[in-house]
Amino acid sequence: MHKQFAYKVLRSAAIASAVAAAAMTGATAQAKDTIKVGVVSFLTGPAAGPFGVPGKNGAELIIHAINKGELPAPYNTKGFAGATMDPVYTDEAGGNSKQVAEYRNLVEKQNVDALIGYISSGSCMAMAPVAEELQMLTIMSVCGTPRLFEEKLRSVVFRTQGNAVGDSIAAARYMTEMFPDLKTYTGINQNYAWGQDSWKFYSLAMEKLDPASKASSNPQFPKIFSGQYSAEISTLSLDKAEVVHSSFWDGDIEAFVLQALVRGFFEDKKFVSVVGASAVDSLGKKFPKGVVMGTRGPYGLLTRFDRSRALNNWFVDAYKARYGVYPTGPSYQYAKAVLYYKLGMDKAAAMAGKFPTQDEVVAALKGMEFESFGGSVKMALGGGHQAIHEVGYGITTWDKEKKAPSATDVKFYSAECINPPEGTLAADWLAQGMPGAKC
Amino acid sequence: MLQILRSDKTVRWTLFGFFVLAVTGNFMPTWVQNNLMFGMARGLAVLGLMVLWRTGLISFGHALYFGIGAYAVALADKHFGISDIFLRLFLAMGTAGFVGLCLGFILRKYRSIFFAMLSLAFSMVLYGVLVKVEALGSTDGFSVSATSILGWVPESKYTLFCAIIVASAVSACMVQYYLKTGLGALTTAIRDNELRVEYLGYSVAQAIHFKYVISAALAGASGAMMAMALGQVDPDSMVNWTVSGELVFITVMAGPGSVIAPFIGGVVFEFLRTYAFELAPHAWQLIVGGTLLAIIFFLPMGLWSLLERIWVRKGSSS
Amino acid sequence: MQLLITIFLDGLTYASYLFIVSVGLTIVFGVLKILNVAHGAFYAWGAYAAAYAITYAADMEYADWIGFVCIFLAAAAVGVVLGMIIERVILRHMYAQDEVLIALATFGIFLILEDVILLVFGVNPYFAYQPMALLGRIPVGGISRDVYSFTLMALACIVAFGCWWGLTKTKWGKLISVVIYDREISQAMGINVSMVYLIVFVIGAGLGALGGAYVAPTLSVAPGFGIDVIVLSFAVVVIGGMGSIPGALIGALMVGILRAVAVHKMPELELFVVFAVMAGVLIIRPEGLFAPAKARTI
Repeated sequence: MHKQFAYKVLRSAAIASAVAAAAMTGATAQAKDTIKVGVVSFLTGPAAGPFGVPGKNGAELIIHAINKGELPAPYNTKGFAGATMDPVYTDEAGGNSKQVAEYRNLVEKQNVDALIGYISSGSCMAMAPVAEELQMLTIMSVCGTPRLFEEKLRSVVFRTQGNAVGDSIAAARYMTEMFPDLKTYTGINQNYAWGQDSWKFYSLAMEKLDPASKASSNPQFPKIFSGQYSAEISTLSLDKAEVVHSSFWDGDIEAFVLQALVRGFFEDKKFVSVVGASAVDSLGKKFPKGVVMGTRGPYGLLTRFDRSRALNNWFVDAYKARYGVYPTGPSYQYAKAVLYYKLGMDKAAAMAGKFPTQDEVVAALKGMEFESFGGSVKMALGGGHQAIHEVGYGITTWDKEKKAPSATDVKFYSAECINPPEGTLAADWLAQGMPGAKC
Repeated sequence: MLQILRSDKTVRWTLFGFFVLAVTGNFMPTWVQNNLMFGMARGLAVLGLMVLWRTGLISFGHALYFGIGAYAVALADKHFGISDIFLRLFLAMGTAGFVGLCLGFILRKYRSIFFAMLSLAFSMVLYGVLVKVEALGSTDGFSVSATSILGWVPESKYTLFCAIIVASAVSACMVQYYLKTGLGALTTAIRDNELRVEYLGYSVAQAIHFKYVISAALAGASGAMMAMALGQVDPDSMVNWTVSGELVFITVMAGPGSVIAPFIGGVVFEFLRTYAFELAPHAWQLIVGGTLLAIIFFLPMGLWSLLERIWVRKGSSS
Repeated sequence: MQLLITIFLDGLTYASYLFIVSVGLTIVFGVLKILNVAHGAFYAWGAYAAAYAITYAADMEYADWIGFVCIFLAAAAVGVVLGMIIERVILRHMYAQDEVLIALATFGIFLILEDVILLVFGVNPYFAYQPMALLGRIPVGGISRDVYSFTLMALACIVAFGCWWGLTKTKWGKLISVVIYDREISQAMGINVSMVYLIVFVIGAGLGALGGAYVAPTLSVAPGFGIDVIVLSFAVVVIGGMGSIPGALIGALMVGILRAVAVHKMPELELFVVFAVMAGVLIIRPEGLFAPAKARTI
């Protein structure tokens, strides 16, 4: 009787797996008129409102436009190598291990052709090895840690956004040029790759650009998404340093600004925010004036009412029409990554004369230089996988006529000024005094 | 020992079931393999928890050993480049078992709520350290490179899949053997009446200590397998108290009925989670919580008791 | 000196809201003998309800002080509604069961409540800063502090005093003390133990919610809010003694000041110290530093 039961089990198991195998092989045939791409950003949690959702919207807008061929020239060809993109919007929240499981799911269960996105540096560092393992083309759009390509070169991972090195060096240059009398500085950064790297490169740059400057012995590194900073604000207030550097993004920057504002923090300290513009938009008039604000590139606050070019104008108008607000940094960053993917697909298709394979697309994407919304982007580092572009800073203020937040004294630093040459580690380049920087 | 194992019905079914799984696994799509791997890896930890539960103790802090196992693999990979599966498992189980041995001296004197709270405290101590210290990865954690077996790096994940199956099968049989021995049979006796067990001449504290170390080693192996299957470790997914909560949930859901139950529970949990996320990404905790309550109220002996009931009915009708 | 004052005040602020949250947990444990994991959810619900109400009032352009009314209303509403539902529907059927099993059930309730928050309040964080901004700042110990944190400390004192007075000077308080001491005898003497349990649970829930509601203006109320707080309240309650209100006060002070010292001096140890002390207390004196005397039943 046991044997009978055993046979039954074995038989049903064999049938089940045969069915599953059949179902699977049917689904992976590559279609030429649609491609499926996973678009990953924070859809829940503290990072969703300021970063994840604007990023998704930026991607959505431009995917829609490309599918219809509605972008201004010379990008007005229809589709990605002619194919329409069917995006799969996925939530980046939940921690790195969960994201790795999601990544495997997208590749192995949902059979995507490529992945675009990722905001958190933690996510990027965790996804890169898996992307390489599964050999799936991944274009990272926002995350900032330089470790992504400095620790190891990648074959299928690209990043269209400059890294913390450029952001930090630009910040240090701006501070030494605009506020040369402020010599002492401290920082509050989130305790993970992005926060740690931002502080590290800012201090290294300050050390070289102004040897008389002095870093505090007690910079703060609260846990990301902590949301509560009263003890940290007390420590920073007690610190004699005049400048406070922060790479806070997501809801943390809003929480910090609100809590610090009540305590008059911004009257005593010069605040340098690397990527806090989301708080400027959401807090509006309440946001303190006189804060040194960066946007990690030619986006949003620093270029909203300038940078008149066909692509930028179209983007700003179309975004406002569809979503009711102006596009912010993440919106640009995601749109840029999608645009890059289209350009790579088109170029590979033209070279191959047919719908390109992933290898052909990867070869086309490598080292590409293209005109994005606010400026040009060059994939110059990381073996042609890491983008460099200009980064700017300005001082926050409130524009009474336009009734909108705005920035004065905006200064941009070119890509070659703030990034090391190919093949040199950023820390080494800084230690040598940034030889060959073209400012 | 072989005599006991050969004659035991559970052992035969376990080995058979795992063998079938290994064979059919080759034909399954990769994502199903992944889920099965994760489910069985967790099942290992739950196996240890189940032994403790039969003794009358519930540990709310087993994420400590799960995390130790996972981080042992990740750190050994990062600093020493160790990728061999046997070395990794050995390291993980050894470290976790050693910590369990030390902490067990303290924990074996506590019961019920205090046992749960103290184990929770210890696991949160590790969590606090991991989150704050940059050299240990802080909230980012580490990636884990591919696993090799005695020098050979396999092409696909199927090898790891089989390895996890083998580990699970071996652990299940070993625990079953243990439960059949004299000391193992004491397990439920301790739960029922400790005083009497002491009068019989056995040391309750030592027995609990032994079981605790076994469960710690199993949880360490579980964490290691999880790290190898996923390729990533981070504190929030492996050491936080919510992870301990998940493991306890699977223990309760599976029930203390058999050594196979934890693995079934682990796999059910994993598939439940995958589908819950796809269908209702904001409601999956609700589903877990609701299921937990339902099981406590309606099926206190877990899913295994349900399966047993079905089989008994089938057996009696034929 | 400035540093000492700052650390002390930071610690007191932290201890105040921990106390308000934990005293509910310890009362529920003392009377009902339940370790209520869902207490973290009461905290989160209180914070969300208050944050929602405050931002709604701000959108409707009400005066800023209405925010304070919102806080207390929200806490009371959460305590009464959630407390009653949970106690009547679920917990009432479980009093005869094993302590740990009940704790597991409350864990399930915690998970459910956490997700219901997402469904009711959405996934974006709330910044209900108006009450905190209204009270402005005051220079103490060389830096500016917000006046709001001092009102938080005052609230903690009021809660502590209220609990003491309620338990020792009122009729209901005496009934509760009797039920803590021995449930069976109380029932035999004609006390409506079921009603006592309900009232105590609602009060405990309300206090947890009050902790969350009052703290909501000082931070960003986001999903996953209750998860960290619940283990910290466990630590407080364990250190002070489960069921003891002065214990909760001492436990909260210890945890709060330890954490403030760690943040200022050794940030890596911030979480570590709290749980190390919790483990230490459990090892040396498992009932806690101030455990109430228990009659030994045979």
